[in-house]
Amino acid sequence: MTDQTIQLKIRSLRACIRGRAYLRRQYHPDRLTHPLIRTGKRGEGKFRKATWDEALDKVASEIQRIKEKYGNQAMYVPYGTGGYNQLNGRQTAYRLLNLVGGSLGFYNSYSWAAISKATPYVYGTNITGNQRQDWVNSKYIIMWSWNPSEMRDGTNSEYFIKKAKENGAKIICIDPRMSMSAVSLADEWIPIRPGTDVALMSAMAYVMITENLYDADFVNKYCVGFDSSQMPAGAEDAESYKDYILGVRDGIPKTPEWAQKITAIPKETIIRIAREYATTKPAMLYQGYGMQRRAYGETAVIGGCILQALTGNVGIPGGWAGGIALQADNGGPKWNVFPTGANPVKASIPSFLWSEAVLRGSEMTEEDGVKGVEKLDSNIKMIYAVASNCLINQHANVNRSAKILEDESLVEFFVIHEQFMTPTAKFADVVLPVCTQFEMWGLEDGWKYGEEVILMPKVLDRLPETKSDYEICSEVAERLGVKEEYTEGRTEKEWIEWAIEYYRSTWFPDIPNLKKFERSNKGVYSVPVTKPKIAFEDFRKDPVKHKLKTPSGKIEIFSKTLYDMNNPEYIPPIPKYIEEWESPFGKEADKFPLQVVGHHYMSRVHSTHDNNDWTNEAFPQRVFINEIDAKQRGIKSGDNVKIYNERGTIIMPCRVTKKILPGVIDIPQGAWWTPDENGIDRRGNVNVLSSEKWTPLAFGNAQHTIMAEVEQAEDE
Amino acid sequence: MLWRRVYEVGSGGWVQKDDAWINDIRTYNMSVACNHCEEPVCVDVCPTKAMTKDKNGIVTIDEKRCIGCKYCEWVCPYGAPQFNESTGLMTKCDFCTDYVSEGKNPSCVDACPMRVLEFGELKEMKKKHGVESEVFPFPKEHYTKPAIIIKKHSKVIEVDDTSASIFNEEEV
Repeated sequence: MTDQTIQLKIRSLRACIRGRAYLRRQYHPDRLTHPLIRTGKRGEGKFRKATWDEALDKVASEIQRIKEKYGNQAMYVPYGTGGYNQLNGRQTAYRLLNLVGGSLGFYNSYSWAAISKATPYVYGTNITGNQRQDWVNSKYIIMWSWNPSEMRDGTNSEYFIKKAKENGAKIICIDPRMSMSAVSLADEWIPIRPGTDVALMSAMAYVMITENLYDADFVNKYCVGFDSSQMPAGAEDAESYKDYILGVRDGIPKTPEWAQKITAIPKETIIRIAREYATTKPAMLYQGYGMQRRAYGETAVIGGCILQALTGNVGIPGGWAGGIALQADNGGPKWNVFPTGANPVKASIPSFLWSEAVLRGSEMTEEDGVKGVEKLDSNIKMIYAVASNCLINQHANVNRSAKILEDESLVEFFVIHEQFMTPTAKFADVVLPVCTQFEMWGLEDGWKYGEEVILMPKVLDRLPETKSDYEICSEVAERLGVKEEYTEGRTEKEWIEWAIEYYRSTWFPDIPNLKKFERSNKGVYSVPVTKPKIAFEDFRKDPVKHKLKTPSGKIEIFSKTLYDMNNPEYIPPIPKYIEEWESPFGKEADKFPLQVVGHHYMSRVHSTHDNNDWTNEAFPQRVFINEIDAKQRGIKSGDNVKIYNERGTIIMPCRVTKKILPGVIDIPQGAWWTPDENGIDRRGNVNVLSSEKWTPLAFGNAQHTIMAEVEQAEDE
Repeated sequence: MLWRRVYEVGSGGWVQKDDAWINDIRTYNMSVACNHCEEPVCVDVCPTKAMTKDKNGIVTIDEKRCIGCKYCEWVCPYGAPQFNESTGLMTKCDFCTDYVSEGKNPSCVDACPMRVLEFGELKEMKKKHGVESEVFPFPKEHYTKPAIIIKKHSKVIEVDDTSASIFNEEEV
């Protein structure tokens, strides 16, 4: 193993095309270069230039006004991931507001709400991933809804999978799209109908159980809830996993025939992969996050974890526990260490429910996912957004969000720090122009696997009149009388020194100081991995001494905690296939027969880079439609097509392809919403079609659960 | 204008059987730039001798001689020479000849996150990887003798398979 690990030592991480195209963003003619104050209606995009003094005075006085009138809980810094280098990014605003009484918090994210909530019900933790240097030891890899070649799940993760393949692993990819990962890494692509992952998982379990291929010793020793002999106290008579799979109580055995009807995967294929997976050791089932941004995403997460347990692959090299898979043994990179200070406001909401808190915050309780208090005191009345395009563009149901933000009686003041006039920034009252990361000092410790700290020195002068997020917040702090507390007297470069010291005092004890880091002329400080860490290695060796942090101390195939929630239809204590609220099997399919997914496109990071001409040339924004669906509708590649459902309409060019399951279309997520005079989006923002409805357990986004129809656009 | 372009190619289709969708799709990506052919037809047809193959085997354009007539673009089976609207001249991949002369790799080789591109003397590379260069959508090797070796994808499609096509025409 050690030899292979050494072979895997990568001398440098390699940038993706977004990084390669950064030049065009840095020198983009549309960079914001002046503070702007709104003159037209909200969302109209009409602004006038303002001086920094005028703009910052306004921000400071609105903070004071909202605080006095509605209290600190009425102020909100929304989710958004456009800036992440310590001194750019939303953490700068948390620190600011925390010094003046705090703001309404949020928890979870738009990336992994369901998976971060659900994984601990099985394992008691989110640290369920081996270090990726271990992937080379795997002999069978299932990339389930995982596409590391196109999106970034750790820089160069796709290369580690390639190394595993070279080392003899068989790789299969389960995805409605034949992604670049399926093409370049997988031996076999298994197209699945979106939202039916648990049906496939259940049928695989059926094969393993009925053919006695599962690891019974492992299940007996390390798990609870597999069969009636293993049920926890207080739920002795509840339905076990095995009962569900065999259909003992509901009369429906979860056979491959049953799953074929639901998943569109031939039963022979299901049987074959179940056998291969159960008999090839060690194996890893890697769960991407696309499958959990869906109606009942939590069940798919738990279902995948349980397959890894049934096959006895937990806690061993080359194996994998499944779930969110933060890196062993400390959770991996932390992304931001800039200190935000304590938030005096205890209340927080699920990140996806911000619009609910705007509309009816003061009615929101635990039922709506509110934490820290029984009930919110106030609706959100002020939004302080930093590097976030998540209110309009990346939130579900754009037309709804736009209506909410247009109403000045709801959110009374909306300020944003931005580099460009994004669809979200158009709705702001004050837009403050931000410098790029090349124009300031920064530091980053990678995402999401890795043992690196990346120094981001200031290499360019700032565009005149742009400021860092930190600088802007410190100037607002000055107006609010807390500048000294905000800056602690440090310059930006001194904060980076501070951050390096922080890393040294925690998980990078040997990191050089800033001076040495600079002098070494290496952008990256890297700790070599000689022996990859394996999640649950201790538990595997001795489950009595090293109990999991679950209530039973074991892997919970059946969760008593979920059982006690008493909502078996939507939050089952074992992972059950649940038909989604919009699905090809529902009545809605009569009008809207196509499932829509919005995959992470190579040309963007979410909505960042959508205005980059280089990445757009390489990967133009198109709706991808299967050749059979296209033919039925008389559509050819390059045609402008109309895509619609009850929430909105898009007109955009299409590409007819073989590389997607019939019945599914793909609108790569992140394109900037560009409505015409009729409110029809002309760019192709998938969130015009997505729903604001949240998942039952995590209160997470279900933005890939969409039905729509496509037809030839009439007007062009 | 891109000197190196990635072609998504493939064949096959879909049929529905009972409730299942079955496909026999074969696809792979072909990263294609100038292949610095051993018998470069672009050099043969260039009326001003602007296109030459140097002692290292690299095919380059002398911009002082180029008249932008596009003959090279028409004959090249790999789409390597392209017309630059702003200069009125032809342009193409020169294998980063400046880097190569300093003993470095061409940029594309060092940039590829999947590390699938490798650069070296053709003879050495043939020894290491074999001699294969005939893969759809390339033409038969004998036309220009491209200085490229392709490690075949498991789903490789033969050059003369008429059912195959390029999926991303507008990107290449």
